[in-house]
Amino acid sequence: MATGERNTTRADTVPDDQVLVRVENVVKHFPVKAGGFVKHTVGQVHAVDDVSLIIERGKTLGLVGETGSGKSTLARCVAGLIPVTSGKVTLSGTEITKLSRRAMRPLRREVQMIFQDPYSSLNPRRRVGAIIGDPFSIHKTATGNERKRQVQELMERVGLNPEHFNRFPSEFSGGQRQRIGVARALALRPKLIIADEPVSALDVSIQAQILNLLGDLQSEFGLTYLFIAHDLEVVRHVSDKVAVMYLGRVGEAAPAEELYDRPRHPYTVALLSAAPAADPDSVLARQRIILTGDVPSPIDPPAGCRFHPRCPKAQEICGRVEPPLVPDNAPGADDVTGPAADAVPGGWAHVTACHFPVVPGEELASAGTAKGELV
Amino acid sequence: MSILEEAANEAAATVGAQEGAHNVMGRTQWQLTWGRLRSDKVSMIALVVVILMIIIALAAPAFAAVTGHPVDAAYPDTGENAFGNPVAPGVNGFILGTDSAGRDLLVRIVYGARISLFVGIVTTAIALVLGVAVGLIAGYFGGIVDTVLARFTDAVLAFPYVLLALALATVFGPSLLLIMILITFFSWAGIARIVRGQTLSLKEKEYIEAARSLGAGPFRIMFYDILPNLLAPVLVVGTLYIPNAVVFESTLSYLGLGIQPPTPSWGNMLSDASNFYQVAWWYVFFPALFLLITTLAFNLLGDGIRDAMDPRTERLIAARRMRKRSLRRKNAGTPPATVQLQQPGN
Repeated sequence: MATGERNTTRADTVPDDQVLVRVENVVKHFPVKAGGFVKHTVGQVHAVDDVSLIIERGKTLGLVGETGSGKSTLARCVAGLIPVTSGKVTLSGTEITKLSRRAMRPLRREVQMIFQDPYSSLNPRRRVGAIIGDPFSIHKTATGNERKRQVQELMERVGLNPEHFNRFPSEFSGGQRQRIGVARALALRPKLIIADEPVSALDVSIQAQILNLLGDLQSEFGLTYLFIAHDLEVVRHVSDKVAVMYLGRVGEAAPAEELYDRPRHPYTVALLSAAPAADPDSVLARQRIILTGDVPSPIDPPAGCRFHPRCPKAQEICGRVEPPLVPDNAPGADDVTGPAADAVPGGWAHVTACHFPVVPGEELASAGTAKGELV
Repeated sequence: MSILEEAANEAAATVGAQEGAHNVMGRTQWQLTWGRLRSDKVSMIALVVVILMIIIALAAPAFAAVTGHPVDAAYPDTGENAFGNPVAPGVNGFILGTDSAGRDLLVRIVYGARISLFVGIVTTAIALVLGVAVGLIAGYFGGIVDTVLARFTDAVLAFPYVLLALALATVFGPSLLLIMILITFFSWAGIARIVRGQTLSLKEKEYIEAARSLGAGPFRIMFYDILPNLLAPVLVVGTLYIPNAVVFESTLSYLGLGIQPPTPSWGNMLSDASNFYQVAWWYVFFPALFLLITTLAFNLLGDGIRDAMDPRTERLIAARRMRKRSLRRKNAGTPPATVQLQQPGN
């Protein structure tokens, strides 16, 4: 979506009034409790650890990372659904992290979510009209016939038959159900829509329909998206900027094409190499990096760089010193490098948190590498 | 629903889908449940018995009018034999015989049904409201609220109810109100526990999060999003709690802590009859039979509803498989083999 605009703006800094969401040093830890009658905390799951990013108005920020990297937790923090442990989330200049539920209520209209599973995100016992009409009745913006008219309008807009408002979710297919979810999110005319893996549960032909619908709605209503996915091709297709998360931290972020063309973080390189390509020849040509081991436990994340136990380029320093997220200054990347002060994921700068970033053209040779292997 | 009807419906549905999907009527959960329940003979018989019992209880004055024997009227001349014992069924126009005071047993049993069903249904209804409220609040809010409510629930479940009933009846004197309060007090806890468990799992669903992200408050979520999903288990539990309450009432009345004579109740009738079982079997037999039939019918109906709500039940799968097999045989045009398959629902 917004394909025409991508990479045409080369401003190094994103002006303040263009920023819709600012996430500053957000930390979210979940306590791990043990014991029966009297519970005590035995550890913390470091779901999101010191993440900062910005989301530009009318643009799409893609958030990628494997399961357990903290993408969804971050999304819920931004949506104000769970309180942050520390840090700030600012929405159009208002800090939402400190608001009470009551004070948050008017702001709920600005941020809406689309969920991953179109089956569990719709209440099976309620009719579609009631589900899509919920936002109106909760915020008391429309009642009776007016609500019904608006619900039917929304259904038509997202490509559902408005006469089906009296049906139950079980009478719709997965793609149609996701359209219901989109209609519900759209009802309050939000500024920001957080799409938490909106297409991962759908099959490929339906994925394209939903993605196109989201794109159309973005240009029609000027929506801003925070788009979470683990499918790299989907993210590339929809995003203006992309941030890669690993174990609760942003490892690398850049404008979409830049990130895909010139990945700098070894993790990003590995992630991109794992994506199946449509052209099998390119798979043969491309090196496939097979990471060894599992993602370490977020209860006790590794010291230093969180990726170092699995990184093919890891050296001694990586286990000691945590690499800061800094703008890329590798040769050939100067044209998108912004001033360090603005090097926040989601901006135009290409930022990487790595002591030894991958140089374009470099091959990652290590025990974990299997060159030219067809898997 | 017969096989043929079902097959016809299925065929019609397929044709409809091909024609443009407009004439397919979606069936709600309740329609599906009712459909499955109807194909279950035991449940249908139980349902008929339950309805009959309710009609009998409502029509109790009619029994008194038809037999000409008011509920509290004693007939020392015709209702008792030479030794002052009850007369047998059929003697002197007493269809089910008489009791120790020479009153018409049938009329008294029918009036007893009123008390039993009234107590059973009303206490279960109140217990359901209380149990659902406590279970929802404990399960949804969690934390300290849950701890306090769940422990209180456990305490109630652990309480020896006969002991409490004895103590309260001694202090306040036995009355209908007292036993209804007692039965309600001991019924809600089990329901609350079930509802709490369901709520704990339901509140993790994404649609609850969706409702929260829309700005819905906790009570709106409880009533609009969680409660509709609880109706099925609550209906089952409710049906299964009614017979419990009926037996509970009878127990208390049997012990003399519940309904007091001369008001008839199955419990106090059995209590009185236990002195006469050697000379008047019918005096014990018929009240006990009505009690048995009523509780059995409610229990079987509850089981049937539970099975119908949950299509994964083994028995129903087996039944459906058998139906399909016989259907396939029919469609294939093979004449039925020498063994005629028993077809449920026909």
